[in-house]
Amino acid sequence: MIKFLLRYPEKVVVPLLQHIELTGLTLLISIVIASALSLLLMRSRWLSQLVVGLFSAVYAIPSMALFALLIPLFGLGEKTAVIVLVIYNQFILVRNILGGFHSVDPAVIESAYGMGMSGAQIFFKIRLPLASPVILAGIKIAAVSTIGIATIGATINSGGLGTLLFEGLQTMNMVKILWGTLLSSLLAIAANLLLAALEKKARKAVNGEG
Amino acid sequence: MRTAVEFRSVRKRFPKASYDAVSDVSLKINEGEIVTILGTSGCGKTTLLKMVNRLYEPDSGEILFFGQPIRQMNPVELRRKIGYVIQQVGLFPHMNIGENIATVPKILGWPKQKIEKRVDELLELVQLPAAEFKKRYPHQLSGGQQQRVGLARALAADPAIMLLDEPFGAIDAITRRSLQDELLSIHRKFRKTFLFVTHDIHEAFRLADRVLILDAGKVQQFAAPAEICSKPACGFVEKLVDSAREEQLEWKAGGAENDQVSASLS
Repeated sequence: MIKFLLRYPEKVVVPLLQHIELTGLTLLISIVIASALSLLLMRSRWLSQLVVGLFSAVYAIPSMALFALLIPLFGLGEKTAVIVLVIYNQFILVRNILGGFHSVDPAVIESAYGMGMSGAQIFFKIRLPLASPVILAGIKIAAVSTIGIATIGATINSGGLGTLLFEGLQTMNMVKILWGTLLSSLLAIAANLLLAALEKKARKAVNGEG
Repeated sequence: MRTAVEFRSVRKRFPKASYDAVSDVSLKINEGEIVTILGTSGCGKTTLLKMVNRLYEPDSGEILFFGQPIRQMNPVELRRKIGYVIQQVGLFPHMNIGENIATVPKILGWPKQKIEKRVDELLELVQLPAAEFKKRYPHQLSGGQQQRVGLARALAADPAIMLLDEPFGAIDAITRRSLQDELLSIHRKFRKTFLFVTHDIHEAFRLADRVLILDAGKVQQFAAPAEICSKPACGFVEKLVDSAREEQLEWKAGGAENDQVSASLS
């Protein structure tokens, strides 16, 4: 395996970097869209339940099926992969962002209004910090699942570690399969550890232990 | 004497409700007095209170804050002049006690040293030594201590009036009594106007200069405790006072029975 890496470093490093780029880009877009959606939905309980329900139904569609469905619209390649991954993430992220904001004690919000904090002050100083552990938990789950599902993107030419896996399968090259498996797993574990640490820190701060 | 708060024919009905939560209330509250608002649950006492700091808006009528109609004031600015304490306290769990108390002074842009001094002063006032409590977090405090911080936080920017919504409702009887005493001593010291909502008649009579008795959104009587006892204005007030008296008698009778039990045991 090491020999393979030394002989063809670009065959391992390039997919890894592509994978990180694909995942990072997906997460960034996902978070921006999910935040905007959540802010719009925050005021209406029934509407947010409806939208989260819809997203959960979409989340249940197998990824291969969703890729197939979107290729006629967006073609092959990275763009389609990112769109699919962003759609999947909406369920996880919107659910957790809304859940985070709803978990804030209403008495805390009432006293904040009562003492004369403005809406923006309450949002940034009270609501957001108190909701952040649940939101970070959502980002953690989204990151890990994106890293996983992104490997399947290789079937539609999105690049990434999936390329190693599928090339390896086609040519029965065990070394490629192992590198693909190892790196995608390590990437997922690393993302999980990093975000879990952030989540823990936020939770401690919220409970006044930080 | 100035009028701190005046209600003029204030009426409030919640959407989908078939009755008024507050129905045609007109009254004046003098600067520096403690008014307790007493009534059963659902009588409109909290609604009345929350209209003063515009957490609720009346459907009709007018509320004046030192002569100025509050409808014309910016609600956020108005609230910074009014201390607000609720039963669930609502301390910010991610801020320590010092930061909680400093919230409004910080928003108002006080210099740092002045805020520090004020926080220490207030902690002293509510009998929580600053050295010990300033850096602690709300979850490390007992219910009674949390409400002490709630009081200090509400007093922080030296508000003209204080609104207190059953602040001691969830606190054990012994601690409640000492908190009532502290509230009275704070009042004697600063002579601020207090509006204090409670459903506990003993608390209402103990604290008040005047008691405002509400039922079904209407003022039943608004007078000094002694006057309410000697001249109840209506059947409802009479029943309320009688029930409190009966309760006391039952306590005494219960005491006698307990004496008998212990006598027969010995």
